[in-house]
Amino acid sequence: MARATLDARRLLCPLPVIRTQERVKGLAPGDVLEVTCTDPGALHDIPAWCRLNGHRIASTADGADYELVITVVVGGAASS
Amino acid sequence: MPGAGRKAVALISGGLDSMLAARTILEQGVHVEGINFFTGFCVEGHTHAIRRRANGGGANPRNNALWVAEQLGIRLHLIDVVEEYKRVVLNPKHGYGANLNPCLDCKTFMVGRAREWMEEHGFDFIITGEVIGQRPKSQRRETMPVVARESGADDRLLRPLCARRLPPTLPEREGWVARERLHDFTGRTRKPQFALAADFGIEDYAQPAGGCCFLTDRQYSSKLADLWTSRGERDYELDDIMLLKVGRHLRPRPHFKVIVGREEGENNFLSGYRGQFVHLRTVSHPGPLALVDGEPGDEDLELAARLTARFSQGRGAERVDVEIGGAGRPTQRLAVTPMAPSAIPDDWYV
Ligand code: SF4
Repeated sequence: MARATLDARRLLCPLPVIRTQERVKGLAPGDVLEVTCTDPGALHDIPAWCRLNGHRIASTADGADYELVITVVVGGAASS
Repeated sequence: MPGAGRKAVALISGGLDSMLAARTILEQGVHVEGINFFTGFCVEGHTHAIRRRANGGGANPRNNALWVAEQLGIRLHLIDVVEEYKRVVLNPKHGYGANLNPCLDCKTFMVGRAREWMEEHGFDFIITGEVIGQRPKSQRRETMPVVARESGADDRLLRPLCARRLPPTLPEREGWVARERLHDFTGRTRKPQFALAADFGIEDYAQPAGGCCFLTDRQYSSKLADLWTSRGERDYELDDIMLLKVGRHLRPRPHFKVIVGREEGENNFLSGYRGQFVHLRTVSHPGPLALVDGEPGDEDLELAARLTARFSQGRGAERVDVEIGGAGRPTQRLAVTPMAPSAIPDDWYV
């Protein structure tokens, strides 16, 4: 199980989701991706995208300076 | 089910029409997946998000394309086309609509990208929510074959909402979909769409006013045209077109403009650009953050400071202290007299 991080700070939705989608493509089921972002829209979009594509949100947390950390667990379905 | 085993890729904008088109084909047993393009001009939740955060959070606005996909129970692929899309905006073969919206070229581009996706992923056909006569320029009877031909999709492009008014496409001829269960919508009226939505039990949907992107907006288009004029070339970067969505834009001189945040959310958004741009902030009084785009000289910066002060709570004061920094310059402080609103010529507002 690999842990990866993605810096999506200052990107506006839907870019954080697009970058998450691109990053997840290179990961295997069970891997964990930690996405740091600043657009609160991502709190809605990344979980929605995960639900559609069979991935899971392990947690969401507030960081400093409006930063949000969303932890995605990659699911079994291929993400193209 | 006629469509069993067949796969269609649906262009999902987040609006009602593409949702209904996809649902119509799902009803026929076809496997449908959605595709949504990010051009940089999309009217998406983010500009609202900037505002909403300033208002103390609250419900975050949704991304309509993702929401539609969830309602339909289909997968959605979001595709970043910012770079490729430049040639559509900068050089549209079929020209622009009422503003800088190159709708016909845009449709052709999107259907063309969907065709590539279809071929790469072994899908059989493409569906869109287009309706004949719905939009004056891009959705006319004469333009429908143009999009099909120039995108290379040809008769693998099916428009379920108006298919019965068009010649049968491959999916219809092959019996993958039943033509009689497709629709014959036409014109600008939205009534048939609302009725179909009610049939499907769809009550909640987004209703974009003008179109699906900022390029249909007059004010936005004039800011984009101003950007091209001032730079002496028709080009843009993603940051440029994002910044056009935010703040007041004033151009006092051809070689620089000032972008002034209108409220806290916009100020927060603009603050993300502080490293790249010369920026100003009032320090003696609460006020906006302003960015300077261009090559300002010292006198220009004083003018920018007076403008920033004009939009601060010190607008009535004799003197307002303004801090200037960013873009590699040492931070400096200027005490300035706020510009009187009447002293700002109308034509500075881009
Ligand atoms: S409104 Fe914008 S996104 Fe929609 S077709 Fe026209 S140019 Fe393309």
